[in-house]
Amino acid sequence: MVVTTYIAVLVYGVLLIQWFHLSPATAWVDSAVHILLLSAKVSMITQNLAYYRPARGKYIFVLSYSTVLSAIWLAITYWLLKYIFPHDKAYIEWLNAAVPVHFIVAWLVITAMAVKALVWYDIAEQREEGQRREASERLSREAELYKLRQQLQPHFLFNSLNSINALIAIRPQQAREMVLKLSDFLRGTLKREDQQWIPLPEELQYLQWYLDIEKVRFGHRLSTEVTSTPESEVLQMPPMLLQPVVENAIKFGLYDTTDAITITIKAWQQDDMLFVQVQNPYDSALQQPNRGTGFGLSSIRRRLYLLFARHDLLETSSDQLIFTTLIKVPQTYDKSHNN
Amino acid sequence: MIKAIIIDDEPLAREVVKEYLQSFPDVQVLQECNDGFEGLKAIQQHQPDILFLDIQMPKINGFEMLELVEELPAVIFTTAFEEHAIRAFEVNAIDYLLKPFSKDRFEKALQKWLNSRSAATATTAAAPQQTAQLLETASASMPTQSNRIVVKINGKIKIIPVQDVHYLEAADDYVKIITQEGAFLKNKTMAFFEQTLDPQQFARVHRSYMLNVNQVTRIEPYEKENHLAILRTGAKVPVSKNGYPRLKAALGL
Repeated sequence: MVVTTYIAVLVYGVLLIQWFHLSPATAWVDSAVHILLLSAKVSMITQNLAYYRPARGKYIFVLSYSTVLSAIWLAITYWLLKYIFPHDKAYIEWLNAAVPVHFIVAWLVITAMAVKALVWYDIAEQREEGQRREASERLSREAELYKLRQQLQPHFLFNSLNSINALIAIRPQQAREMVLKLSDFLRGTLKREDQQWIPLPEELQYLQWYLDIEKVRFGHRLSTEVTSTPESEVLQMPPMLLQPVVENAIKFGLYDTTDAITITIKAWQQDDMLFVQVQNPYDSALQQPNRGTGFGLSSIRRRLYLLFARHDLLETSSDQLIFTTLIKVPQTYDKSHNN
Repeated sequence: MIKAIIIDDEPLAREVVKEYLQSFPDVQVLQECNDGFEGLKAIQQHQPDILFLDIQMPKINGFEMLELVEELPAVIFTTAFEEHAIRAFEVNAIDYLLKPFSKDRFEKALQKWLNSRSAATATTAAAPQQTAQLLETASASMPTQSNRIVVKINGKIKIIPVQDVHYLEAADDYVKIITQEGAFLKNKTMAFFEQTLDPQQFARVHRSYMLNVNQVTRIEPYEKENHLAILRTGAKVPVSKNGYPRLKAALGL
């Protein structure tokens, strides 16, 4: 700002001497008065805009403000110069003639600088808001995941412990198996909290423990089929993605019907992506329309979007008896880290 | 002999109750049920003295099943629900057992009931009344209650999604639920529905009427100070002077 002002004083002074043939003394005083005051007005309007920008009609505000400032600037410089050079008639005449030009130039300079400041402040504000939004999204994402895990655990855990309690008296060997499976499952949950990608067979094994425990709880009512094609076994996926889908499948499968049910999970490779399909029987009459994307599914959709920036990775379909959920996982992980 | 029924969708959970009951030779388990449908049938058939009832079960939950029982027996809930969810009706409960529960805890609950039962004949009537009170508070705290209504018709259970309900009409000790498929009766008060149904969707427009605001096509003045709400089906529901502002609020007017 200071350097710009200094250069402007020099350039304008030289211009006045060379072009308008003013005497050097007059020219330097004229230049200094005009430019220094103009600089003061510019810093005044930009400082003001840093603290106050009307939410509506900010450009109209800036235009009227700069017009007022230009008029004040013109009045002060005019009277000041007249006061300094009261007897230089040729100069006063020239000053009078230059009033409109002075005004226009001053107005253009003040307006341009003000608009520039306005745009700059807006961009800074947007950037800050973007960072804030990102931070709050990250927080809510973590909270969401935490909540998901918490939701899963207590109900499942206490019911499983209750089953073990029963088995200890009637089938101790099976009680022991159940304790081991439950431990494996819980250890898996803890271990995978900080992992970004895990191999498909590991995720399926984890689901198998979960399903085995549920099978003990619900006895003959629940049976499961988990299959994957050989080539899909080298693929990877984010952890905890399938868990809520399978929970949903069990919830709607077991709680909507009173019959025995089968839940099938299939995984395969297609178009360089991992496809995982989960199917469960359900009662279409019990479900309200639009209920197909419940809380569990919408949070999976959101997580897939956060990971891959795509909205088409979760598909659900249903006929009268079977509800199908299909998840597609692009293989975008950094392969060099995994070998 | 004391007649008992166990209702739980997990076979092993029923095993625990049966095992613990071995110390009570007086108590005889007449039937074990997998869900509320079986449970309801068994209750009608055996008229049990006490139920051991899970809350989360297929199709209809434990509370919804109890709503359909005419002669309420004593109930001990067995559930894995978090304590805070159950605290709301703790004061009214005969007892509830958080899974997994110990034999001591189970015996204490049952003994408490047995003592109160033998202590005074007058209190035998208190148990079902307590259960009824418990149900009122429980249904208000169960969010699943408000999006469907469970009714019994010709001995069969029917689940009505609330959006299918056109309006409710008080009829003596019952409430008539009018839907596309016809009218169903439920042994409840209008106040019960006013508490459990979403006030955004259902407005108590009259002492004896509550209507689904999504069904309203127009409102006409009727006699002095009263109105009539005309539903899509053409049905006319009276709107009282006090009910009119409530209807307008629910419609967002």
